[in-house]
Amino acid sequence: MEKRIIYADHSATTAVSDEVLQAMLPYFKENYGNPSSIYRIGRENERAILDARARIAACLGADPKEIFFTAGGSESDNWAIKGVADKLAAKGKKHIITSVFEHHAVLHTCEFLEKHGFEVTYLPVSPDGLIDPQQVADAIREDTALVTIMYANNEIGTIQPIAEIGAICKAKGVLFHTDAVQAVGNVEIDVKAQNIDLLSLSGHKFHAPKGIGALYIRKGVTLPNLIHGGGQESGKRAGTENVPGIVGLAKAIELATADIPAKTAKLTPLRDKLIDGILKIQDTRLNGSREHRLPGSVNISFVGIEGESLLLMLDHYGIMASSGSACTSGSLDPSHVLLSLGLSHEVAHGSLRLSFGEEFTEADADYILAVLPEIVERLRAMSPMWETIQKEGIHFNEDKTKLVK
Amino acid sequence: MNYSEKVMDHFINPRNVGEIEDADGIGEVGNAKCGDIMKMYLKIDDDTITDCKFKTFGCGAAVATSSMATEMIKGKSISDALQLTNSAVMEALDGLPPVKIHCSVLAEQAVKAALTDYYQKQGIDPEPIVGKVPEMEEEED
Repeated sequence: MEKRIIYADHSATTAVSDEVLQAMLPYFKENYGNPSSIYRIGRENERAILDARARIAACLGADPKEIFFTAGGSESDNWAIKGVADKLAAKGKKHIITSVFEHHAVLHTCEFLEKHGFEVTYLPVSPDGLIDPQQVADAIREDTALVTIMYANNEIGTIQPIAEIGAICKAKGVLFHTDAVQAVGNVEIDVKAQNIDLLSLSGHKFHAPKGIGALYIRKGVTLPNLIHGGGQESGKRAGTENVPGIVGLAKAIELATADIPAKTAKLTPLRDKLIDGILKIQDTRLNGSREHRLPGSVNISFVGIEGESLLLMLDHYGIMASSGSACTSGSLDPSHVLLSLGLSHEVAHGSLRLSFGEEFTEADADYILAVLPEIVERLRAMSPMWETIQKEGIHFNEDKTKLVK
Repeated sequence: MNYSEKVMDHFINPRNVGEIEDADGIGEVGNAKCGDIMKMYLKIDDDTITDCKFKTFGCGAAVATSSMATEMIKGKSISDALQLTNSAVMEALDGLPPVKIHCSVLAEQAVKAALTDYYQKQGIDPEPIVGKVPEMEEEED
């Protein structure tokens, strides 16, 4: 079979698209003015930002004044969580609700706040990677300042019941933040209808460049200034704006959200084909709900092999993917997301995430399905763990989370 | 992960993969919980390692260091094999990323564990010759 080059790591980052690049280019050379300057190229840049802000807001069902540019998802998460904590601590609200499988930008921010006198409730997730809105409702207390739950999980691609959680938070008068970094462009987002008070997004996940993102802050919610200085971003985040990035973000989010149903209809059958095909390999497990998952996201565990060696072999065959294995992160523990599903270390070590976008084709899926079984067989043939499993009749338990005799 | 060309070569084309059915010494180190297991098989004839094979569950560096370790002890005397250090394995692979140094330690231990097994099978106390090899950690959930 002819070698193909397949980029199946869209959850990590994406390439800047031609349309986005074309939209940005004038703002590097010809139109380089500082948006705060009075002359023509300054004014043109100011207008470009105004225009971009309005277009981004429209894609989220927000008002332009509710969009604040940041450097990306992690900054937006930090600002939202620490900002709300700071504001509401003064009112005696020092409790935050989140989940165990959030992105580290949320988890480590919450851990930071715990060191500063806040109490954090980490909600568990179901074995198929979903958060139960009832548990959110039950966890809310008099002193709860914020609920922060991700829209779609970055590793396993499960989509959370955001509208339900938003309604609960609204009814209980608690602010609701969602890290929507993986969701934008994949699911329809309407911050008003879904009662979202704060939403983080990152441009490079949907073909804008790295280093540009945004935080939606609902009108009426006031966060402390993130960066003190000039009057940019209503004085909340000072510093000369990243105009090319902002223009690129606007173009990218318009393209990404233009026709989500069509994109879903195209990608879902390819995703399901991959899932069904990979699950034909003996001793494999789909991580995360099959139904409530991003259209271009697959996460599978393979018993008896280790994730990093799987990725290196795939790379050798031209397939770029990612893993929740320990070795890729440099720690000895496998991903907290996979462990949160109840997976044992042994099962979590051998996981693979394939995440793809609109350029993904049937031929790509066929190639992955042709190459992957060979690779798995080869790695298992050299795995002493697989040997033990075969000799001692070790197998999955009923819910495929652990290996038992 | 910044792997050298040599690490990648030994990962993609590992040398001496497999088992030796009538091995004179077998050593297994690491554990599944931490994500690395190395199993080393030795055939020993008159104090010389005439054949050496390995099986590894683990990352690219774990496979590459086991492969390189087998290359470095095959055809050598037992006393030469006992001199094999993790840093020699690393050097032979043109270095390893810092987070992967433990893989080279495992490779050294796998050789020593196999030699320990060899001496035990001979009825000889291995400890004065090989030294102490860390036991495999008990797996736990």
